[in-house]
Amino acid sequence: MLYREAGQFKASYAEDARIFPIRQDRIGFWVLMLVFGVAVPLLADQYWLKAILIPVLIFSLAALGLNILTGYAGQLSLGSAAFMAVGAFAAYNFILRIDGMPFLVALVLSGATAALVGILFGLPSLRIKGFYLAVATLAAQFFIVWALVKFPWFSNNSSSGVVTAQDVTILGYTFASPEAKYILTFLIVVVMALLAKNMVRSSTGRAWMAVRDMDVAAQVIGFRLMRTKLLAFAVSSFYCGVAGALYAYTYIGTVEPEAFNLDLSFKILFMIIIGGVGSIMGSFLGAAFIVLLPIFLDNFVPMIFGQSLGAGFVSNFQLIVFGGLIIFFLIVEPHGLARLWQIAKEKLRLWPFPH
Amino acid sequence: MKLKHTVLLGAAIAGLLGSAVASADEQFIGLPSYRVGPYAAGGAGIFGGWIDYMQLINERDGGVNGVKLTWEECETEYNNARGVECYERLKKKGSTGNSVFQPVSTGITYSVLEKVAQDKIPMVTIGYGRTDAADGRVFPWVFPMITTYWSQASAIVNFIGSKEGGMDKLKGKKIGLLYHDSAYGKESHAIMDKLAAKHGFEVLKIAVAHPGNEQQSQWLQIRQAKPDYVILWGWGVMNPTAIKAAAKTGFPREKLIGVWWSGAEEDTIPAGPAAKGFIAAGFNVPGANYPVVADIKKHVYGKDKGNMEDKTRIGSVYYNRGVVHGIITVEAIRKAQEKFGKGKAMTGEQMRWGFENLNLDDARLKALGATGFMPPLKLSCADHEGPGKVKFQQWDGNQWKVITDWIDSDRPLVRGMIEESAAAYAKEKGIKPRDCSKEG
Repeated sequence: MLYREAGQFKASYAEDARIFPIRQDRIGFWVLMLVFGVAVPLLADQYWLKAILIPVLIFSLAALGLNILTGYAGQLSLGSAAFMAVGAFAAYNFILRIDGMPFLVALVLSGATAALVGILFGLPSLRIKGFYLAVATLAAQFFIVWALVKFPWFSNNSSSGVVTAQDVTILGYTFASPEAKYILTFLIVVVMALLAKNMVRSSTGRAWMAVRDMDVAAQVIGFRLMRTKLLAFAVSSFYCGVAGALYAYTYIGTVEPEAFNLDLSFKILFMIIIGGVGSIMGSFLGAAFIVLLPIFLDNFVPMIFGQSLGAGFVSNFQLIVFGGLIIFFLIVEPHGLARLWQIAKEKLRLWPFPH
Repeated sequence: MKLKHTVLLGAAIAGLLGSAVASADEQFIGLPSYRVGPYAAGGAGIFGGWIDYMQLINERDGGVNGVKLTWEECETEYNNARGVECYERLKKKGSTGNSVFQPVSTGITYSVLEKVAQDKIPMVTIGYGRTDAADGRVFPWVFPMITTYWSQASAIVNFIGSKEGGMDKLKGKKIGLLYHDSAYGKESHAIMDKLAAKHGFEVLKIAVAHPGNEQQSQWLQIRQAKPDYVILWGWGVMNPTAIKAAAKTGFPREKLIGVWWSGAEEDTIPAGPAAKGFIAAGFNVPGANYPVVADIKKHVYGKDKGNMEDKTRIGSVYYNRGVVHGIITVEAIRKAQEKFGKGKAMTGEQMRWGFENLNLDDARLKALGATGFMPPLKLSCADHEGPGKVKFQQWDGNQWKVITDWIDSDRPLVRGMIEESAAAYAKEKGIKPRDCSKEG
């Protein structure tokens, strides 16, 4: 009833090419922006900002990066965490070694560094596909983390290999409070998500999808495979790199190679599988699901069972429930949470008179 | 039926009121524990022992001067991000907030290092964490207590020296350092280089990649280089693998010396008979025959309120390490109450004073039933480390036997390095070190 586009006409090309063609979606988008951009930083307490919202945003960005590569361009990757590590260490070193380096420039440079490394490790994708490519990116995961531990230059010769991130200062203002850090993260993620949305709607995104669906056919109709695939690797790594830098600077506050291990790569992969492969929105839903569910369970399970069961059992039980829920959602909707949202929208259009 | 409901309702209300009254003088301690994942064995032991000791204080003494201890666990899975979430979640709980944070993970320690200073919550890292935080002038909120990695390395070298019959006998010797290739393992490098230069021995650094279940090439290297001793700086599965590989290569286990994260039952039992003779350092000793452990058995397990699911682990190395965590936490509360009011819950700032003025001398340890269980501990505003002493223990095939008294480290050398490193950090971060002569 409320969600119906009857009477909305597209009178110009610009209106036809909008991201949200339906007015209700546009309103929804701006409401969402206001809620998360204005209301949340005003109302949420430190715990929510620091421990829940900032990591969800950062992992959404990383998942978005992987989604560009895997969901849109069809190249399976297990190296997302390593590209995040490249971004985090690059940002640290740019700010450390170049005097007066502005944070946002360092952020872009860190993404660019990750993109270069991504192109390097994307080269095998020209020859190998599917699971074999996954193994090649696995090599990236191990090699990058190893190199960051092995060469102390990256961590400025810190005796433990762990370095603390510098203050985030933009135009003389230091982003120290959780609210400020949240808003900074939020703005960066929103801008990059909009860029990604436009990218996948443009010829670049169409080329990626053509390669994903059948690379031989794509080549026959004139897409240059090498350019397309390497561009996907570069853009994806850029997103992961920026996410890694944000992880270090607005979230954890330290940079260490071990934080970016294979587990994290798998986690990001699960995010896009749960959220929806080949969907911008799915990256956000999946990241929220994977980050929030364990925290929710850790609060919720002891509340039900109390101290009657051993603490070890409670901890293990959470993992069992977590795994069970993942399987449940995949059975209910193999295309991810984003697809559920799409189905809900289609139903809403007909509601309340489905016939 | 109605009567039953009324009674139940009444009981529920009474319970609510009761808990509301009781919470006025309760001390909350947040526990970022890990009971799943690769390090679950260590986590369950340490947090089990720690919880049992706090339960003992509640059951036997009725709390600290009447202030009951309360706690809540938060599962970190030994993961930094989860650790930060737990830190933030536990921060505001209890009447005075979380009064002390002890992550039992070097990674989480680094992640919350700056947060604890902002939130004014002392962080205690016993036998792990950031070594140079022992300089309390630069790191007022961090307490790497009892001993640090650098003190440990120095104590191990001192132990080797005493075995050889004097530190001058170390000249020309070759000591292998088989380390976990991570932040934790690399903590050993700087101090070993310094010690090697001082005593004239040679260090052979050999890295083992995480998780360390494959060490063939490393032990081949050891066989070729023939070091006189090998220091095993391992963690988790790396330890039994190294011990077994040593047996296979024919390297005498008596010359293989583990650090305190290599010296638990979980490290030797999987290695089987190969572990016999293996020596490891420890800042606490194993054994259930100390009065404090006996009291836990009597007052806590006697009432079926114990935390350990596997009761045979009571008195094991990790369990007793947890008891040490408990003793230090409780004694700091007691000390803080002496100054800020007995029978009151302490805030993080008051707890910090308690830690800085902590003095567990022999008499106090005797009263606690922990003589010889841990080294006497005295902290100050500048020195957040304390004794820096370890005991050495040897695996006899069935259990750990303590073979030395508390062995000291090269204090001037270690302290000099700590101050130098802390000063560099202070400069990088623009911190003005505290003037300790002005602290009360």
